[in-house]
Order: sequence, then C-alpha cells, then structure tokens
Amino acid sequence: MAPILFHWGAEDKLAFYDRIADAPVDDVYLGEVICSKRAPFFEKHYDEVAEALTKAGKQVVFATLAEVMLKRERHMIAGFCALEDFPLEINDSAALWHLKDKPYRVGPLMNVYNEDTMAYLAARGAVHFSLPPELPRDSVAILAAKAKELGASIEVQVFGRLSLALSARCYHARAHGRIKDNCQFVCEQDPDGMPLNTLDNQEFLSVNGIQTLSHSYLNLIGELQDLQDMGVTHFRLSPHTVDMVAVAEIFRAVLDGVTNAQDGRAQLDALDIPAPFVNGFWHGQAGHRMIGA
Amino acid sequence: MIRPELVCPAGTPSAMRTAVDAGADAVYCGFQNATNARNFPGLNFTVPELERAVAHAHAGGTKVLLALNTFPPAGKVDLWKEAADTGARLGVDAFIVADIGVADYIARTHPDIRLHLSVQAAASTPESIQYYCREFNVKRVVLPRILTVPEIKLMADEIPCEIETFIFGNHGLMVEGRCSLTNYITGLSTNMDGVCSPAAQVEYIKDDEGNLSTRLGEYTIDCFSCNESAGYPTICKGRYLTPAHDGPYYAFEEPISLNLSTLLPDLMKAGVTALKIEGRQRSKAYVKSVVSAYRKAVDSIMAGQDPQISDLLALTEGQKETQGAFKSKTWR
Repeated sequence: MAPILFHWGAEDKLAFYDRIADAPVDDVYLGEVICSKRAPFFEKHYDEVAEALTKAGKQVVFATLAEVMLKRERHMIAGFCALEDFPLEINDSAALWHLKDKPYRVGPLMNVYNEDTMAYLAARGAVHFSLPPELPRDSVAILAAKAKELGASIEVQVFGRLSLALSARCYHARAHGRIKDNCQFVCEQDPDGMPLNTLDNQEFLSVNGIQTLSHSYLNLIGELQDLQDMGVTHFRLSPHTVDMVAVAEIFRAVLDGVTNAQDGRAQLDALDIPAPFVNGFWHGQAGHRMIGA
Repeated sequence: MIRPELVCPAGTPSAMRTAVDAGADAVYCGFQNATNARNFPGLNFTVPELERAVAHAHAGGTKVLLALNTFPPAGKVDLWKEAADTGARLGVDAFIVADIGVADYIARTHPDIRLHLSVQAAASTPESIQYYCREFNVKRVVLPRILTVPEIKLMADEIPCEIETFIFGNHGLMVEGRCSLTNYITGLSTNMDGVCSPAAQVEYIKDDEGNLSTRLGEYTIDCFSCNESAGYPTICKGRYLTPAHDGPYYAFEEPISLNLSTLLPDLMKAGVTALKIEGRQRSKAYVKSVVSAYRKAVDSIMAGQDPQISDLLALTEGQKETQGAFKSKTWR
C-alpha cells in the first residue's frame, strides 16, 4: 500500500490504516510525499500507526518528500535518513547525500530508468526499486532481471491515479486564487485530487497541490501474470477513497491464482470508480489508453 | 564579481554560428536522437555537422556543451554511451547530463571532460547537488527554475560547483525531468524520448464562429476567439475547467516567457557563474537578437554600468514575460 498522496484529515488517515491493518497487503508506506506543509497534521500519529501495522504483520516503510527546497524540508529529509527502526523510501536525490551506504528503497518519483542507474544505486545501498510508471513493459523486464541479479526487489504500481508531474507551484492554491504560502489547505477538499477538464469538458487531469496526476486510474490487473513472470516482486496500490481493502483483496486473489484476471477486472469495475481504467504506459503507448480490455 | 559565461542555444549548425558570432561564451547542442531533451524534427546535429561546428566555435573562443540530458530506458543505454564517446572524440568542452547511469559512464570513461548537471536532474538542494559533485565530479549545476534569487545565493555558499541558471526563454511550469504529461497524451516521453508536445500530434481546429481550438492528441489544450492569437498547445500552458474556478483558466501558467534581464545584476552578485538562454527550437533571428542583447547587458554590468537591455518582448511567447520563481515566493 503506497503512501497516501492526497491531503486527508488525520481522522481519515487513522481510520484508513486501521482497516489496512487487516487487509491482505505486505508492505505499508507511511509519510507525506507531496507537500511539507501537510506533514505536521499527522506526525504525532506515526508511532502509533506504525506500531499497530507492525503488530498486524505489515512491513512499515517511511516515504520521504518528492520535492525538497526549503530549509524545513531539508531538515525533514535529514531526520528521516537518520531513522533506524524502519526502512526508508526516498523520492528526491537530496536523500542520497545523507544515506551513503545505508540500505534504502528508491521510490517511483526518483528517475531510475535503466540498468546502469539501478546498478550504481544498488552498489551503494539501494535494496528495492519502485519504478516510474511511464516505463514500458520491455524496460521493466530488463530492470526486473537486473534487480534479481543485484539481489534487489522491484515494485511496479498496478492501481491508482498516475503521477504525471511535479512543480514548485501549488495548483490547488492557484485554482482558489491563492498562493502556496497562504493556501489554507484547500487541497483537503479533494481527497482524490481536484478534477481538471478540457474546455470541451473531457475529463483529463487531477491536481494534488504541486502534483499533477491522471484523471484515469492505472489498472494492471490484466498484466499481473506477466509482471510476476518477469520477476516483479512488489505490486503497488496507490490509495484513494474507494474501498482500498476491497482493491487489495481483488489484487491479492489474482496474484495468488484464486481469481482469474478477467474476474478480478470485473470486480474492480464493480467498485464504480468514477474514472476509466488505463494501462497504456505498460504497453509503450499513450498513458491514457486501455489496451486489451 | 565573477564574469559569467553566457550559454546560448544551438539547435542547428547555422544557429550555432549565429550564437558564436553574436558573442556567446558557450553554446549547447545535441545529436539528432533521443539523447537530448529537444529531440524535435529538423533540429540538432549529425556527427559531421557537430565536428565542423566544434571547430568553428573553438576558433571563435566559444565552448561547446553537449546535452545528453534525457533518461535512457533500460535496453537502450548504448545510444547514450555512443553519443558520449562521439562527443569526446569531437572535442566538446562539457557534457550536460541528468541520468545517474550516464553520469557514471562519462565520469569513468571520459574523466577529463567536464560534467554539468542538467536542469533535467532537478537537483534543488545543496544536498542533492553535493551528492552529484561527490559521486561524479560534477563541475556545474543547472538549477531548476523553482528557486528565488535569495535562495540561489544561499545555495551558492553551500555547494562546491558552479551555478548556471536560465535567464530567458520558454518557461516550463513542471519541474524538468519530472514530467510525463506529454507521454500520457501522445505515447512519447519527455524523459526517455526528449519530446514535449510533439508537432506531429498537434492540431488547430476552427469552428463556424471562427474560434480556434488547439489540440494535442485527443485532448483540447486551449481555445482562442478571433481576437486572440493562438499559442502552441503545451499541456502546462493550456486552459482548463475545474469546479473551484469560475470558467476556463490557465490552471498551471499562461503562455509566457521567462525574462530575467532586470534581475541580471542580482543573479551575478548571488554567485551565478553561467547564464543560460533557452531556445534550441527557435530561429536564427531569435538567437541573434537575444544573444546580442544579453551580451551587451553582461558586458555593461561587468564594466560597472547599468545594463541597457533592448526590448525583447516581441520575442517572448504570447508577447508576455515573467520573472517566474526567481523574483519572489509568491509565484509558488
């Protein structure tokens, strides 16, 4: 279960992780990845949540900020990199300076596109790679083989909106006529992102503060067998307000061979997510496409 | 104050000659393939072209910086390595890189040639920049266009390498190297293919009332009424709809160009040692006007005079200019 990308209230996050403790997932990522201003709202709950999830048998991983600019953010990164109790997923190269040879996970917002970059980082502490979602199948296959050779694990996002861009500007604040410094946390109004439609009202993007995501939801349930066959070890579900326990159960059943992909897909359709499913990037095509549905 | 290097775009051999003749201290360019972030039709250099261009530039005392600043996808890394080897053979003065694997290859194979960290690497903190300096002996960082001048000044005190910043030209809103919007619509990736809003998938459609829609792939990016001039459909400069905003609006930024001419003295005092003009996709006339204007401005600042910047507004996108993130945090 990937980190929650959106600004959910502390109560909602607590309720979410309370349910995830019983969901059939192995790893749970905690931590604010998008906006350092949001981080204080949940900081005091990390210990309790991490403890409960660990007790429930989950591997807790702390994910770090994807964009580091301010002094406060630099301190946050330094603090996380000093963490001893839990593994870390890094999402900006600032963390590489602090980690040196300490083991760490590389997040999907870091640019690991090829086997050379992977080998370089693996030789210096990286033990797990979560790949950028725009990588096509053929590249993932090469990276999965390389990861196996290097003794690293490899993760691919299989569910949820696609992160498409980061900026220094907050587009949530901008939509409300504000700027980042006086945003008043308007992003909290959009727990799955703020819809951005074209002028002819075609659904297009989804704004989450400084992050731009797809309107569509990535869904690789039909490709899970292929992913497993090529040696992908971890399958990333990106949290949304839809019943994520149900989503996890559907993916788990297909991974375990209890349900076939077609039935799994039908069960995901039945969740009535108000956006289309896509898998274009995986097939080397435009990301908004759904191939072979 | 250190005399800054004026780094100018060379999208074609003739643009390079123009930039050299207009007083560029350095030019940057790329090969005709995915190894650079302006892999547009009709741009860039063949190997023989670059060989002649390097000779001409060096004869004029101008350095040649080769952009290898995209991210090779797994299985295609050799193309980037070959480009680096060729560049080294032709005598380029520096490589501009973003990918860790590419940086490592060049640092090991061509240790005598300078490495510059591309804006595409999105290194925005002293820690990140120090990492690249320590690991790959990077000599210069091209900063992402997200920092204010005071922030750049603080940065300069903390890092062991030179700083290059953009001062003029196209003003992308997303952090470079971290945007796959084009790939989402078109199937061509900015990071892997060096493509942003590819012309082959751009359409201009006029309706019965004379309104002009600009489209990229299957998505409308903007619509212009008769009295507006239509811009090129770049996703981050389009107009969109959202319930929180009354009517169509530029959700990210309006079509606008960066112009830091009035901030030049501040940038130089902040410790910026290279000033970059964007625009490898622009015409010779554009290169000539912008490079000449900035040549004069830098020279007069160094001579202790007020910079006289000629009017460059006509050359900006949508005839609008901004100081972007550089002026103040309110941009964010």
